Amino acid sequence: MAKSTLSKEDVLKKIAKYVKKKKYFLPPGVQEEMAEWIVKEKLFDKIEEFVDKTFEQYRRNMIEPAEACGIVAAQSIGEPGTQMTMRTFHYAGVAEINVTLGLPRLIEIVDARSTPSTPMMTIYLEGAYRVNAEMAQKIANKIEMTRLQDIADLRLDIENIVIYVDIDEKSITRRDIKREDIIDKIKKIKKVKVEEEDGSLKVIPEEPSYKGLLILAENLKKLKIKGIDGIERVIIRNEPGEGYVIYTEGSNLEEVLQIEGVDSRRTRTNDIQSVARVLGIEAARNMIIEEAHNTLMEQGLHVDIRHIMLVADIMTVDGTVRAIGRHGVSGEKSSVLSRAAFEITVNHLLRAARKGEVDELKGVAENIIVGQPITVGTGAIKLAMGGRRK
Amino acid sequence: MEKKKFNILDHELVPEHIVLSKEEAEEVLKKFNIKPEQLPKILTTDPVVKAIGAKKGDIIKVIRRSKTALKSVVYRLVVEESEISPARDVSMEIFGEE
Repeated sequence: MAKSTLSKEDVLKKIAKYVKKKKYFLPPGVQEEMAEWIVKEKLFDKIEEFVDKTFEQYRRNMIEPAEACGIVAAQSIGEPGTQMTMRTFHYAGVAEINVTLGLPRLIEIVDARSTPSTPMMTIYLEGAYRVNAEMAQKIANKIEMTRLQDIADLRLDIENIVIYVDIDEKSITRRDIKREDIIDKIKKIKKVKVEEEDGSLKVIPEEPSYKGLLILAENLKKLKIKGIDGIERVIIRNEPGEGYVIYTEGSNLEEVLQIEGVDSRRTRTNDIQSVARVLGIEAARNMIIEEAHNTLMEQGLHVDIRHIMLVADIMTVDGTVRAIGRHGVSGEKSSVLSRAAFEITVNHLLRAARKGEVDELKGVAENIIVGQPITVGTGAIKLAMGGRRK
Repeated sequence: MEKKKFNILDHELVPEHIVLSKEEAEEVLKKFNIKPEQLPKILTTDPVVKAIGAKKGDIIKVIRRSKTALKSVVYRLVVEESEISPARDVSMEIFGEE
């Protein structure tokens, strides 16, 4: 046979054509891999045979219809979970930022908490901001939430019922804040007058009272001067091959993505609910897979990603991120007996009795309870005898 | 603070979403032999749904970049938030909190 060499693209085309002709189904990833092998091993005259054999293998490895894949996934994630470090709570993460890792993080992911216990963002920058330290610092200043207590000292004069605010000039220049801005912000507090006196600000409440003064002092300390709500601390790091990257403690995806210079394509948060809110349910699904997989990998546990994908799929089927457990997936099963078998049995049964719920006995748990074959594997297939002949 | 416009569809976490035409939707349902309600859902309030201008009852084709198959295609039905069953919490109902 003539010695012919084909490029990978040509081989791919041939494979695709043959797959279509034979009505096989092979995912693009497998086809790609096949093409790579064919090119590498120069099997150009055996493409059809190769595809046939591959499909045979693929078919054998497919999960069988009615297989209890959920249970396999639960066990595959659960067992390595037992080996995870229980107390990795404040384990040092990226830079000096503490991130919850290990088992607590995994629980957090499947519980679909509204906010993670240690929210964190990785903010990638665009263009010149990536290489210029000063410009990166500017963005960091814009993002980091600055409260009055971070840039000024408060002195309480109880005798005269006033508060003196001594602004630290050094830190406001570093954070790129103007003195006037601070005064404006303080003036926005209700029932307060601001005067300048010997270089410090004098804040006078309109209704002098001792209690009121203390409350005002607390409010002043927490007064937001600059930055984005929720972003408590920022750290800039120069990553090799990437340039400057900003890591933050606290997260606010909506706002950060709107900042000029932030790469709105790659910027990440570990807050899954906010990803669902800002980027949609499919993005949240990707996040769940990625975060759960990384959490497991980071502990040296290899769980097949397909199991995690299944979990992420079931958490996002109805368009919202739902938790695995009582308040989510398990609590929403249609079968009463199945729900009762999971948790808080009596409540479910009483409620079902009161409402006159019907259990169709379609699931696994309810059929075990009533002593019937479960609808899994061979039990899921029903045979009808004596059908009409064609 | 100056606000920048950004397109959520460009974010690397967001896969490609395509609104199917009536005929294409019909074809998909026929292929799987299912009713639209049996598809996974996506809310009308979902930012991507808003961005691509899909309406209630539309079927969206999602082309995911998959780690195992490189590319995988799934479908979601656009529904309103009120249509999905709310989380049932019976723990508080009768005996108070567990």
